[in-house]
Order: sequence, then structure tokens, then C-alpha cells
Amino acid sequence: MTVLVLLDHEAGAIRQASRSAITAASKLGDVDVLVVGRNAADAADAAAKLPGVKKVLSAADTTSADELAEPVAALLVSLADGYSHILGGSSANSKNILPRAAALLDVQPIPDVVEIIDADTFVRPIYAGSALATVKSSDAKKVLTVRASAFDPVATEGGSAPVESVATPAGEDTSKFIGTELSQSERPELESARVVVSGGRGMQNEENFKLLEPLADRLGAAIGASRAAVDAGFVPNDYQVGQTGKIVAPELYIAMGISGAIQHLAGMKDSKVIVAVNKDPEAPIFQIADYALVGDLFEVLPALEAELDKAG
Amino acid sequence: MKVLVPVKRVIDYNIKPRVKADGTGVETAGVKMSMNPFDEIAVEEAVRLKEKGVATEIVVVSIGEAKSQDTLRTAMAMGADRSILVETDSVTEPLAVAKVLKALVDKEKPDLVILGKQAIDDDMNATGQMLAGLLGWPQGTFASKVELHDGKATVTREIDGGLQTVELALPAIVTADLRLNEPRYASLPNIMKARKKPMEKITPADVGVDMTPRLSIVSVAEPTGRKAGIKVGSAAELVAKLRNEAKVI
Repeated sequence: MTVLVLLDHEAGAIRQASRSAITAASKLGDVDVLVVGRNAADAADAAAKLPGVKKVLSAADTTSADELAEPVAALLVSLADGYSHILGGSSANSKNILPRAAALLDVQPIPDVVEIIDADTFVRPIYAGSALATVKSSDAKKVLTVRASAFDPVATEGGSAPVESVATPAGEDTSKFIGTELSQSERPELESARVVVSGGRGMQNEENFKLLEPLADRLGAAIGASRAAVDAGFVPNDYQVGQTGKIVAPELYIAMGISGAIQHLAGMKDSKVIVAVNKDPEAPIFQIADYALVGDLFEVLPALEAELDKAG
Repeated sequence: MKVLVPVKRVIDYNIKPRVKADGTGVETAGVKMSMNPFDEIAVEEAVRLKEKGVATEIVVVSIGEAKSQDTLRTAMAMGADRSILVETDSVTEPLAVAKVLKALVDKEKPDLVILGKQAIDDDMNATGQMLAGLLGWPQGTFASKVELHDGKATVTREIDGGLQTVELALPAIVTADLRLNEPRYASLPNIMKARKKPMEKITPADVGVDMTPRLSIVSVAEPTGRKAGIKVGSAAELVAKLRNEAKVI
């Protein structure tokens, strides 16, 4: 069996979620990967070095330069014949493209896989992670996305796969890329950070939310947020951790002023160590926190920074 | 222009779902059900388009058991004009649902279909993309802003690094993310009025769709829960524990 993995890349570097998808794909068979988009050539070079990759398919043409779902799904369908499974990491990009390709292949996709039992059988969370469903697919070909937090990423070096050019089918011109507005940050990516510091409604406003930055700086942490904090406009949408935001599983997750709705817990409960700071002793977040500190976070934050500055 | 909005009846988002003792699924008997929150946002967006004079008719569709008519009534109380119930007791997988919706789109000929980006029960996040694929229409998924002009839709999408804007030639598919709008509550007079709005009832077989699921449920289990840990009294104690006990800093 050979498996095709659609890779996400940024400025030519392969995103960690995609490297996790390669680990998952390796459990199913030989792994070919597909890169598309403006930096496809650089991404193909990076992909060729990933251990476990047998062949890199690179679509560097203008038709799929913007990685829109319409042409990329058509490309996947044109390549699908030789593959038993088509995979992607559980990213916004994969979730945009893979279901469209699945429909064209008459396949029911299997999103957010956290465990591969065999070639047909997969475990995935439902109801915001309140339950785990084991499902068996009767489709001849499988289309799935896998949760990065459930599979360790392959290394960035060690392989030497050949690169082959492929062409995106023409004709999908009903959508047009206009632009992006990306959050600028020097911090690690939320999904691959070793430490995540998240703020909730308890941060009160946009100004106060910035008070998390010195703590995050000291810990080399990414900054996340609950839906409440995003909806209130404290931070942009891409900070959101939860059922419909990002799924993270860092070594250390620090929840500041987050009450802990199940939709938020769904995005972080697989973290290794969870710290929660909240002034409400009844906050649901405390039911899953390893270390619970009941208190006013505006007093706790400077105290934490001072403690971290002491030699450890 | 006509807008079609599919809606799904799911366990209310405030209820914590319980896994059935026999491991076959999640208990829904006697549990409060509501419209999928993302679908409420989709209905609201359609109603706002009508209020702006852009949309002329809103048709809502639900595919599921007979009680899904409650969900359709709610959508009509919010402002949809009429509804179609596609009644089935079968599991509603996105592929089959997309096929039913395609048949209804072929018949109703809407210019725009707005769906919730995902249902909070199966968390599939697939139906809109699949419908777009089957129709060969462009898609604007995870939308936080939609503007219609000159036969086009400009859609701002929530992506991993921030926001992306795409322009779609109508007819098109849009899937609603959380920040597209804040759905209204239906007023009592509108709830009363909704009772008189038309509801057509059909079955998947009427539109030639086989609902047989492609995924069979082997088992449904509770995840291994995390237990509450310990309370710490101060920032100093917390940092000491993280350094010496958890060894994560």
C-alpha cells in the first residue's frame, strides 16, 4: 500500500502538523507526499529530506499557486489512483481541501484521527472530545486528517527522496485568492510549542491580555486564548485553542483566567502538565489541572515572573 | 437571489454528552436538543442578507429524524421563509448529506448555500466542502465575513495563521465560523408566525440518495479522564513544583 500525504508548508518549511501526518501515514504503508503552492519548489526540497518519505510530488504551477481548495482537490483526485489512503494533518488547509477531494472520490472522510488501528479502522474524538469513536471505513480508498498531538513528528533531516513534478488540472477558476492578513509573531507556533500560556475572559481586555507576554517570554511559550477571549476581541482568531480552534498538547499548558468550558478543554486536555490560575475555586478547569492556583491572576502574574527570574 | 441553509439538530452545546453503557454511541434520549450553533450563525447570515435586500428568499433544509422539524421551525422563526425536512432515521454522514443537498440544490437553484462549518456532534467539518465538490462550485470555508457584489462573494476565512480573503463566482458555498455574526433569538411573535410557514417533507429515497453509512461504529468510549491535581498556595510553590516535581521548566 502507498499513502499520499498533502503537506502544509510556510515559506518552504514543512509545518510540524504535516510531519506528524507522515508518522501516521508510515503506519499504513509507503509514503509519498504532495506539495503545492507558491513555494512548492523549496517545500519539495525540504520534504525530500524528511525521513520515511519515498517520493515527493511537487505542483509548482500557477493553477494551484494559492493553494485554494478547488484546484488542489482536483489535483488530489487526479493523483488518487495509485493510493490506498490520502492524508493530511488536521490543519485549516487540510480541512478545507480534503473533504472536497473525498466527495469527488465518493469517499466519506475521517477527520481528526488520533489512533490508527488498521488500514480501515481509526479512532477519532466526537462531541468535542467527550467521546472517542472507533470507526471502520468500507470505502475502497480512505481520506483522513490526523491530529498532530497524537503522532510524534518525523525529524526534518535524514531522508533523500526523489522529487517528481506534477501538474494541477486546469479549469477550476471560480475562486480567486485576494490576500491574507497573518498574525506576526516571533513566538513558537501554538501547535508545536513546548509551553503554551493561554488567557481567557479573566484577562478582562486587550491591554491586560498583553500582560501574558512577559511570562510567555520567560518560558519560551506560545500564547493561546479561549473562545471567550477571542470573541471579546482581546486577540485574533488564530489564538483560539479548543474544539473549533487549535488542538495543542504541549509539555506545559498554563491557563490564566480560563473557566474551562468543554469546548476549550477539547483543545488542550492532552497537555502533559496543566496549570490553572483562576479566582473562582469552582472553575471547571481545576477539575483537569495538575496544579491549581486560586487567586487574582493580576497578582499571580508578576509573582510568577519574579519566581522564574530567581535561579532555578 | 435565493439562499439555501442546511441546519442540523444536535445535543445542546451546554449539555455534557454521556456515552451509552453498551458503547454503541452517545445517549440522546431525554437530552435537550438544539440547532447546531454554527448553523444558527449560517441562518443569521442569510436573514441579514435578506434584511439588506440582497437575498429574496431563504430556504432551510434539515436531514434527520422527524423531530428535526423543531429545528426548521426555529430557523423560520429567525427569518427563513420556508423549509424542507428530509426525514430519515439513518446516521447522517456528510457524504450522504451532501448528496441529498446536491439534489435539493439542483431543484431549488439557490445562488448561495450557507452552512455551519461543523456540527458539534460528529465534529466532521466536511459537509460544505463536500457539497461544493459535488456541485463543482467554489467554496469559502470558515468564513468570518461575507460580502456579495456583482455576482461574486468576497469571503474572509479564518485560517491557521490569521485570515485569508477569497473571491468566489456565484453560485457558491460558504461555511460559517464563530465570528461571522451573533445569531438573534427568535421573538415570540416570530415563533408564532413560523408555525404557519411552509414545510415540505420528503425522504432521501425521493431524491435518489442511499443513506447507508460508509463508516461503521465499532465502539464509542469515554476518553481516559484527567484527574484534578493538587492546589498550590502561591506562585513560589507553583514554580517550585513545576521545577522539581513536574520538571517541565
